[in-house]
Amino acid sequence: MSEVFRSASGQLLAVDGLSVDYGLKGISSRALHEVSFDLQAGEAVALVGESGSGKTTTAMAIAGLLSTDARVTSGEVRYRGARLQIDDDAAMRPHRWTETAVVFQGAMNALNPVQRIAKQIAEPCMLNGMPREAAMTRAKELLELVGIPPDRGTAYPHQLSGGMRQRVMIAMALACRPSIIIGDEPTTALDVINQAQILKLLVELRSKFNLALLLITHDLSVVAETCDRVMIMYAGRIVEDGTVAEIFAAPKHPYTRLLIESIPNPAKRQRVLRPIPGDPPSLITRPPGCPFHTRCPSSMSICATQAPALESTGQRRVACHLHSSQMKSDGVLVHA
Amino acid sequence: MATCGQGGRTSRRIGGIVLRAIVTLLMVAILNFILFRVIPGDPAGLLLDGSRSAVTSEQIEAQRERWGLDRPLIPDQVLDYLSATAKGDLGYSFKFRGQRVSDLLLDRLPATIALVGVAQIIAISAGVMLGIYAGWRRGGAVDTIATGGSLALYATPSFWLGMVLVVVFSTKLGWLPGYGAYSPGADTGSLAWLADYLRHLVLPASTVALGIMGQYVLVARAAMSDVVAEDYMVTARAKGLTSGQMLLRHAFRNAMLPVVTLVTLNLGYVVAGAITVETVFAWPGIGSLTVGALNARDYPVLQGVFLLLGTSIVFANLIADLAYGLLDPRVTQ
Repeated sequence: MSEVFRSASGQLLAVDGLSVDYGLKGISSRALHEVSFDLQAGEAVALVGESGSGKTTTAMAIAGLLSTDARVTSGEVRYRGARLQIDDDAAMRPHRWTETAVVFQGAMNALNPVQRIAKQIAEPCMLNGMPREAAMTRAKELLELVGIPPDRGTAYPHQLSGGMRQRVMIAMALACRPSIIIGDEPTTALDVINQAQILKLLVELRSKFNLALLLITHDLSVVAETCDRVMIMYAGRIVEDGTVAEIFAAPKHPYTRLLIESIPNPAKRQRVLRPIPGDPPSLITRPPGCPFHTRCPSSMSICATQAPALESTGQRRVACHLHSSQMKSDGVLVHA
Repeated sequence: MATCGQGGRTSRRIGGIVLRAIVTLLMVAILNFILFRVIPGDPAGLLLDGSRSAVTSEQIEAQRERWGLDRPLIPDQVLDYLSATAKGDLGYSFKFRGQRVSDLLLDRLPATIALVGVAQIIAISAGVMLGIYAGWRRGGAVDTIATGGSLALYATPSFWLGMVLVVVFSTKLGWLPGYGAYSPGADTGSLAWLADYLRHLVLPASTVALGIMGQYVLVARAAMSDVVAEDYMVTARAKGLTSGQMLLRHAFRNAMLPVVTLVTLNLGYVVAGAITVETVFAWPGIGSLTVGALNARDYPVLQGVFLLLGTSIVFANLIADLAYGLLDPRVTQ
């Protein structure tokens, strides 16, 4: 994995203190709580968490694709230093696909079932003023790039396998030469062989076009093969952030540790899966303290009352009282 | 990908659809024949009309022989019926002596096609547009009004709606005629006659249109709200399409699929007419012919009407199947 030089000049995207609420009939639930991170040009970052952890909301917020019941309550997203109006559809439109493209779960229903795939790939090019002929030629080039014979462009999505449809999604994402690709669980609906091929393709294309990749996944094993850096999300917060090597070798947050331990390891001939007990907290009532303390094996008394801040040491960030600088200096580590 | 292979599949599919339609038609004709043979009543007796006491059994026998009723039902009579039907001979009316059923039907058909055709065109264009918009902006003011109004109209019996329209626009306001298809004494074919005909058409066509429009609004709205929630609409938005482009390029065609089915199936009823509405407005179409034939136990006419209705439904299904193949590439596989 290449080490990306992190600097303000290389910074492509910055998310700063972003909070997003979903409101439904007066009940609001906090999907994102003061999420901050940045993305360098050409960097591959994974956003890992279980369902409801806020990883997809983060991705949709960056792409300006939040649904109408979502509300940005604080924070901002900057792209190349300029603030994005992520909750303004019209203002986001010129940015879409030309700067940030999304690879959805193509194996599912992300392609229009009644339109030929080449046309769907060419569409964003034509939206940006490319003549029809040129756009169709580009669509064929892109198909070839992702390993689909160009003459298959006349096919409809249902005529392709799940893996092929995912390749079409990737070709489509590359259409307007974006700087950032968001992969929203791009391999989730695929079998293991296809999964490996799609990941390999993403890695290849990323280095070929120097793309920044934000990979949304709940599958840690996908991360190791594809990304430089990984951010672990829990209950709408980033709880740990570090390079893939650091996180896998020495996870700091108990949740990260449990996540890694829950990956089945055939080498250990382990017969029983090790799930993390308990459920994530309610995002509506938002109980005080660390959101993970009810499930945490290392929970302390302070964890139930005070939420830990996301503190950074160099490139590494972690939000846990076990690693909090204040705790260490005060020396009040009281085990509950 | 071999295009000839695809073409072969398509023509095989069309062949299958047409063959199925032909078989269905044959079964409709046979069922129609059986239906009118199992209901009580002796055609020979009916022909000699009530005056049975004065009729000798020899005369009845002679009639039975003349119309082939002495021969076995199956296969002789049914084969006779099928071959005559194939030639367009639907027999003679009991009520209108000496008149061919086919002539009666052809005579009444234009009025019904005008009435229900115009009503369908209005209902489809207004209903589908309204439904599409309501589904696109679900929960908006248009949606609330359109859905509520459609449900109310859908639930309203059309004969009642017709009577209300007659009372308001014809009796009270006197704006439009509420009875029949033409004013007496008009010179058929002239421009004045056409204007008069159209004036007569307004109220019954509005009644039929309002009655069926609700269906279109509800189906189009449901189809559109399903499409709006589809993943490919998020893809379209992410690609940078405007709301209008998303609607026209991605949502509309997908939402049209269930609507087209409903439209073509309803086309079958253009011929069948709107029996209650034609009765309320004394509209001289197939519907009022049917009611008259029912009252007079005019079995040959009823049999002809049933056959016409069955045939038009089968044809409408045929068109629906073919249209679906054009709209949705998944069907042709």
